[in-house]
Amino acid sequence: MNGSLYSRVMAFTNARLWKLAHIDVLLMVSLLLLISGGLVVLYSASGQRDDMVERQMFRLALGFSACIALAQLPPKYMRRASPVLFLFALSLLAAVLFFGVGAKGAQRWLELPGGFRFQPSELMKIVMPMTVAWYFSDRHLPPKLKHILMVLFIIMLPVLMIAKQPDLGTSLLVAVSGIFVLFLAGLQWRYIIGAFALAPLAGFSLWQVMHSYQKQRVLTFLNPESDPLGSGWNIIQSKTAIGSGGVYGKGWLEGTQAQLDFLPESHTDFIIAVLAEEFGMVGCITLLVAYLLIIARGLYISTMAEDNYARLLAGSLTLTFFVYLFVNIGMVSGILPVVGVPLPLISYGGTSIITIMATFGILMSIQTHKKAR
Amino acid sequence: MGQGQQYFRNYRQEQSLTQRRVIVSGILVLIMVAILVGRLFFLQVVEFDRYQTKANENRVMLIPEPPPRGLIYDRNGLVLADNRPIHSLTITPERIENFSELREELEAVLDITPEEWDSFNEKRKSYRRPYQSITLKQQLTDQEWAKLSVDLYKWDGVQVEAQLTRYYPFGEAFAHAIGYVGRITEKDLARVDPAIYQGALYIGKSGVEDFYEKELFGIPGLSKLEVNARGRIMSELERQNPTPGNNIQLHLDARLQQYAYDSLGTYKGSVIAIDPETGGILALVSKPGYDPNLFVRGISYKNYAILRNSPRLPLFNRALRGGYPPASTIKPFMALAGLENGFSSWEERFYAQGYYQINPNGRRYRDWKRGGHGWVNLERSIIESVDTYYYQLAQKMGITPIHNFLKKLSFGSPAILDLNGASNGLLPSNEWKKAKYKEPWYPGDSVNIGIGQGFMVATPLQIASATTVIANRGVWHSPRMAKKIGNDDFELLQEEVTTKTITLKNQRNWEKVVTAMEKVISDRKGTARRLQGTPYKIAGKTGTGQVFSLQEDEEYEADKLEARLHDHALFIGFAPSKAPKIVVFAIFENGGSSAKPADLTKKLFDAYLLDDYPEEYDYLKGPNL
Repeated sequence: MNGSLYSRVMAFTNARLWKLAHIDVLLMVSLLLLISGGLVVLYSASGQRDDMVERQMFRLALGFSACIALAQLPPKYMRRASPVLFLFALSLLAAVLFFGVGAKGAQRWLELPGGFRFQPSELMKIVMPMTVAWYFSDRHLPPKLKHILMVLFIIMLPVLMIAKQPDLGTSLLVAVSGIFVLFLAGLQWRYIIGAFALAPLAGFSLWQVMHSYQKQRVLTFLNPESDPLGSGWNIIQSKTAIGSGGVYGKGWLEGTQAQLDFLPESHTDFIIAVLAEEFGMVGCITLLVAYLLIIARGLYISTMAEDNYARLLAGSLTLTFFVYLFVNIGMVSGILPVVGVPLPLISYGGTSIITIMATFGILMSIQTHKKAR
Repeated sequence: MGQGQQYFRNYRQEQSLTQRRVIVSGILVLIMVAILVGRLFFLQVVEFDRYQTKANENRVMLIPEPPPRGLIYDRNGLVLADNRPIHSLTITPERIENFSELREELEAVLDITPEEWDSFNEKRKSYRRPYQSITLKQQLTDQEWAKLSVDLYKWDGVQVEAQLTRYYPFGEAFAHAIGYVGRITEKDLARVDPAIYQGALYIGKSGVEDFYEKELFGIPGLSKLEVNARGRIMSELERQNPTPGNNIQLHLDARLQQYAYDSLGTYKGSVIAIDPETGGILALVSKPGYDPNLFVRGISYKNYAILRNSPRLPLFNRALRGGYPPASTIKPFMALAGLENGFSSWEERFYAQGYYQINPNGRRYRDWKRGGHGWVNLERSIIESVDTYYYQLAQKMGITPIHNFLKKLSFGSPAILDLNGASNGLLPSNEWKKAKYKEPWYPGDSVNIGIGQGFMVATPLQIASATTVIANRGVWHSPRMAKKIGNDDFELLQEEVTTKTITLKNQRNWEKVVTAMEKVISDRKGTARRLQGTPYKIAGKTGTGQVFSLQEDEEYEADKLEARLHDHALFIGFAPSKAPKIVVFAIFENGGSSAKPADLTKKLFDAYLLDDYPEEYDYLKGPNL
């Protein structure tokens, strides 16, 4: 019986139909599991607003379309397009700096005809690892120093432009996605150790160029109780929400922190606190398992990829995805400073869902376009 | 160049390099996930209790509900201190976005004085619980309330709250006896449990309201409310109703009190009436009084300044704190002191000239009667109020026996069980004079004490209290306001009465002093013979006290000076003298002649013993008369 179930599952996942549609079934199923759980939490976090859940489902549908569409595109075309896309994304970033619109003192969006808004830095999240992977695709690995410096230059250019918007969180994530490629390309350990040794110095110079609100975030992170009603409020309330959830949680729609509005940004950046409050540690670990399934599949696709470009790209995209969720959960639970990073695929909001689903489209493309051996 | 290098590439080695890096990354991912799980474990398991408490503190707001204050009744069940519902306009500042806009909108509907705004802003800025409402305008009239209710929905954070407020229906005649409640100050909170007074509007400040604060206050209730982050109440989780404070029935007779107050006329002064059988205070008057209702919700600076600066000192409780020379009313007590210490006897005769001298060339201490009284004995000295008799008696005794005897009769101590702030008066002694003036006690000092002048100062309450001892032939019950304390049926009877018996070497002396005091009225030479003709027998003693000093707070004003220099007029009396039901002390400040307090006393006797009140006092008859 067991054997027959397993074989049936395997038969389902390996069906020719999926291969033809360029869909990786395991990745797709894990994503759907995560997303449906996320919608349940969002319903609670939004204050039981059907309209918000519907809008989120619409975005997810858009994301899945982007995912499936990208999955049809063979990796070799992506590789060829990478440098062009990079220049395109870079010019958009430059356009943002000159013509961008924004809110709360930051310029992040480009206004498109028809009332659409577009955030070029989101595009850069994908284009950055593509570009670095492209750069290494026809070069020897491990990279030589001059190539490392070249790649660092490629990375720094958009990162500084995004940081100037200012959007420190995204710029760091973009930087990280490029650096992951460098790491996977076999960046020598001596450089890695050296970089960590220089980190304090870098941190200091970063502090010098940071905006006061960014500095405030770091200071609040270091001591949230110093300003319990001001900037420390968010983190105190999210920790209270998480902690008071205990092992089993207070029950769906029963979280007092979330339902009585003590938890700020409960449907966006701080949504994990709602999950933690209402479903407890059990819910959190279930969520982490779902994420780990996706990450494991992504890393597996990376190791099985056909060429350097696909390997580096798949690995970097997967690791960057992990960084999103680690930074988000770390921030909400108070072990990292508050940077505006949403919980991937669960937080309410448009652009990031599309970007992230696009990365899974790329992963599926890499997995399903391999020539049979 | 690129093609040349490609020739040497080892694809398998490069593939395994990246694969190794992916595996390293995978391990790092697991480690970081472990860190997250560790963090969750710390928050959700290790620190669970702390955060659960914190979350509950967030959402649960405890609103204390002040208990209805106990009522104060007179002996006949008339309510002297009542609770009345009032409507107040309150504002929750946290929910107001634009104060100047709100102010404009509110002022379009309602008259709000700048003072009311000032006081509101002051309270808003001082420390308080978040989301607790602050009163902007108290005691809305019915029209104001109706007008407001129409528009109330428009403003978030503005509400009309119904509260009970203290109300004293009979005003100034009772102010010094009942006292009043007032706004709770920091100083008040230092002597009570602030937790219990959270949400309370006022606290007893003086009189019965002050002394019986604990009984009257009751036990506050508590609403446990669930609130959201903006302080909006979502639901009531739990509710504990407040327990009303105990009611208090006083010995006070409202009609007698008002009658006594009115009978002082335009004079300042004080009247005390005590039921000698219990020590119960039937009337405690200090005139002028004031409207205690002014204080309930906090008195305005203007009103307070008027009361404080009035030369008639309406805020000064003369009954408890007024320092007067007891004057000739001291004579019956002095006679007893002389008898007790063997310095006088009923039989011994004394030739009373128009003056008394300690030594032939010394100062002449004058008798009130120019030519003197001729041969008198002790009884006659009381009847005719012979000053020279008491000059010589006091001089013979010296201060120590006088001091010791008068001390037993509540001179020199507060002399009341259940009111705070009663003064000790001044019962001088050798030691006192040494400490105060660095001088010994002179015989001349004693001479003055003999007629209740000189250093001696007593309060109306002390003189009245001492008189009850004679009325009771040696038994003293500490004067007290409260008769019964309890719920609506007054089930709890307060029995602990402080009683003292003063035994004389010759107990018959009590009766003999009473007889002498009866003759003050009945004798044809008695100083209060004007009181003759009552169906009951009165015992009494007159007194006229020299005004020897001005009170501290008073100003000198030439046109008022003359009236000021008039003697204080005093009278003590009790009736029926065989088995007294009522003891009265009355003083008219600068009243001149003791006829005034004597007449007042007789009116009170008629009223209390014969129910002979003018009709206009019917409104003060209690329901269970």
